[in-house]
Amino acid sequence: MTATIVTITSGKGGVGKTTATANIGASLASLGRRVVCIDADIGLRNLDVVMGLENRIVYDLVDIVEGRAKLRQAMIKDKRIPELYLIPAAQTRDKTAVSPGDMIRLGDELRDEFDYVLIDSPAGIERGFRNAIAPADLVLIVTNPEVSSVRDADRIIGLIEAESKGPGKLIVNRIKPEMVKRGDMLDTADILDVLAIELIGVVPEDEDVVVASNQGNPVAQNKESRAGRAFHNIARRLEGEDVPFETLEAGDGFFGKLSRLMRPGDQR
Amino acid sequence: MTESLAIKGVRDRLVLTVPPGAAGPLLELVLTTIDERSAFFKGGKLAIDLGPHVMSAAELGRLRDHLAEREVHLFAILSSAEASQAAAANLGLDLDLDRVTQAEEVTAPAIDTRLPGEAAILVERTLRSGNQVEHNGHIVVLGDVNPGAEVVAGGNVIVWGRLRGVVHAGAGGDDTAIVCALDLAPTQLRIAGHIALSPEREGAARPEMAHVKDDQIVAEPWSAAG
Repeated sequence: MTATIVTITSGKGGVGKTTATANIGASLASLGRRVVCIDADIGLRNLDVVMGLENRIVYDLVDIVEGRAKLRQAMIKDKRIPELYLIPAAQTRDKTAVSPGDMIRLGDELRDEFDYVLIDSPAGIERGFRNAIAPADLVLIVTNPEVSSVRDADRIIGLIEAESKGPGKLIVNRIKPEMVKRGDMLDTADILDVLAIELIGVVPEDEDVVVASNQGNPVAQNKESRAGRAFHNIARRLEGEDVPFETLEAGDGFFGKLSRLMRPGDQR
Repeated sequence: MTESLAIKGVRDRLVLTVPPGAAGPLLELVLTTIDERSAFFKGGKLAIDLGPHVMSAAELGRLRDHLAEREVHLFAILSSAEASQAAAANLGLDLDLDRVTQAEEVTAPAIDTRLPGEAAILVERTLRSGNQVEHNGHIVVLGDVNPGAEVVAGGNVIVWGRLRGVVHAGAGGDDTAIVCALDLAPTQLRIAGHIALSPEREGAARPEMAHVKDDQIVAEPWSAAG
């Protein structure tokens, strides 16, 4: 097995990086892939809570890097989904406890045993972000349909390009179709117009996400949830499937524009 | 100044290494070395290995301008200091020597097609938020200038794309400088000491040219017929 290392980042905080990581991880695992999620947000760990594995943590990322624990010891197996693992962040340390070189070494060690390594990046553009993207083969940028979030995503894409990590792919999270329809919210086409990168998912705002995160049970497990389906579709697109984008009840205009913008190589 | 900087040739590039113990202003140190052998460096592609030294984006920008005046093309900064790496990345410089684009391999040796007169640089990519391009001469951008990006030119600025960031033409005080874009909607537009904000757009985007007229910045639509 040779894993694809996927880093999920955004620049701005609170746009849904951790939720996206947990859900894409759960979806890929439910498609039968071996997946490990790494929380790179050292000092502000969250991914364990969203995945519902908080009470099982014994060792963490910093323990592995500093040699106090073996990789196997620190990996926590998911409660429900076989072949889904978590490497949690340390809560009592900060970003400087790990270097980009450490992350590349860790990524290389995991490559042989997994199909996917997902890295949940911290917000910001400093050390933590650099750690998270250092080993990445692919970077997913999460943005919300609002101007400040798109601005930060643009900055991040620039930094990723400077590191030769490609332009990355875009997840538009927490879109409200009713607001887009009224013209009160940026729609996906507006965002792609500025960022000019490939879209890999559009996730609608959904109360189920909050409920599921609080219960530590990724929403992607719930096929009734629209957000859950959207995350599941992102996983299928990562697998190379050509999954059409769901219409978000906002009329043909929206979807028409979207599908036009989506064709690869036709972004400008 | 007693320290000497090591010079090494790698393929068609030159690598200048600043020793970790070097003291004094790095900018002058590098320029002195270049000036000592100006004929050798002229027309060359240069990478500078800063080692642990820290240079800010502003210093690197000035260094690049000074080098450009000496006809030396700075293409990469190698450094173990994160601050220097970040500054270099901000200026769009490479951080390693490995990235040889195919175009470069095919087109070498390049023909000098520059006309005598003022120098211009061509930026062949979209400038994203946080990117900054500064140059004493003219700047031509083949791509968009996104919100949060900055273009500062001593001369004119031409954007073949959408101009949404901050643009400053005639930064040295040249009132006759102009700014053109296919879609002229900058966050802020400055020409010499004049500042203008973009008005709300009516209708579709069209190419426009901004210049100073009667002490005010005015933007006029451009059409082939005009």
